[in-house]
Formats: sequence, structure tokens, C-alpha cells
Amino acid sequence: MKPGSVLLFVAFLLGVSGGEIAITHGMKAVGEPTRLRLRPVLEFLWRALRNGWFWAGVPLLAFTFFSLLVLLSWEPFSLVIPASAMSYVVGTAGAKYVLGEEVSVRRWAGVLLVCVGVALVALGS
Amino acid sequence: MKTLVMVFAMVVCANAGDLLLKYGMTRAGAVQFTLPGLESAFWVTMTSGTIWLAILFLLGFQVTFMTVVSWADYSYVMPAGAFGYAIAALLAKFVLGERVTPLRWLGVALICAGVLLVSQTKPRTTEMAP
Repeated sequence: MKPGSVLLFVAFLLGVSGGEIAITHGMKAVGEPTRLRLRPVLEFLWRALRNGWFWAGVPLLAFTFFSLLVLLSWEPFSLVIPASAMSYVVGTAGAKYVLGEEVSVRRWAGVLLVCVGVALVALGS
Repeated sequence: MKTLVMVFAMVVCANAGDLLLKYGMTRAGAVQFTLPGLESAFWVTMTSGTIWLAILFLLGFQVTFMTVVSWADYSYVMPAGAFGYAIAALLAKFVLGERVTPLRWLGVALICAGVLLVSQTKPRTTEMAP
């Protein structure tokens, strides 16, 4: 990877995890729907749309979408997509250190298997 | 149980959305990066029922993701969502009749093992919102 691609790739990894973590934080603050029926879910979504963390996550995810498009135009698909599986590790670390989730050894092992698995699926496609 | 059902719904919505988007965009043809080309692509996509159905499914994905992370851990939901890769490989093999390489099957097996491990952990490890 060229230095510019490496920088954009790091920004992509931080953006995708940061965006999803911001939305997760917002949804936890909003609180879950009282029941999984249409009306309570619509009320939940209305509360979610008025949450600042949700709106902090949306532009980050939009940025990652366009940065992935640019990365794919700069570097081979067989490099970018398997490497993007690292977002599972970055996301889990973010969940542990930013959201305060308890990530057990079993969960870490599962995440690492998924990460390698996604990279192999992309390489084998 | 409700977490696994919601994650499954999330995966189905994401896969269906991606598949329909790819189908719709393939039918629309390659996008030309010129002003008339982009204008034409805009109108073709905006008037395509397949693209709108894809958008509906992707919206469904976003709503199910937001709903499930309102109670479940992000580090639980995110890797479980990778199960979509396994569904995609199975669909490619048994519905589309495509050849799936051994490397891809190995990847699918690792994803399934990883998702199984994650699903055996507690879905929520943080405090409820006040």
C-alpha cells in the first residue's frame, strides 16, 4: 500500500468503528423499545433521531463509505477487502475501551476467528 | 433469544439489500463519470423498483442494527453480523450454482466457528440506561 492509502485505510478503520460505536452509545442512552411492535419501535426511532450521538455517527459512516470507494480505486480489491476485516478487531477494542463492554477471552477468540474468516472469504472470492 | 432473532433479521436485510443493489445497478449498466452520464445514472436508479427495494432492505438493516444495540453489546452484534458471509456463500453455491473455492469455504467455517463462540457469551455486559 502507498503511504496515502495507509493513512486513508487507518481513517477508514477508525471511521467505521467510531461511527458504529457512536450510534451504539446513542441507542443505549435512548433505551430499548418497550416491546418489539410497530408503535414502540417507531417511538424508539423518533427518540433515536433526536439523539446527538446518532448524528455524530452518521457522517462518520458516510465518510467510510466514500473512503472505501476511493481505496478500491487506489489499491487492489484483493488487498482492501480482506484488510477491512480488521475493523472487527478495532471495533471490539473500541467496544471494550470506549463503551466499557466486558470482552471475555471467548468473545475475543470468536472475533479473531470471524476476522480471519472474512479475510479468507474475500481472498477466495 | 430476541437478540439472535434481531441479528438474524439484520443479516437477512443487509444481504438482501446488497444483492438487490448489485442486481439493480448491473441492469442499469456501467456509470459514466461525465455530467450527462451521472445525470442518466441518477434517473435510471431513481426510477428502478429494484433499487428502491434494495434501499428499503438497507433501511431495515439500519433500523434492526439500531434497535438491537439499544440493549445488546456492540462487540456481540458486530461479529455475529458476519454470518451474512456464510449465507452469501451458501446462496452462491446452492441457489446461483456458482463455484465456491475451498479458501472461501474455509473462511465460512471460521466465521461460523467465531459467531458460535461469540453467541455463547452474554449479549449484554453493561448497565441498562437510567
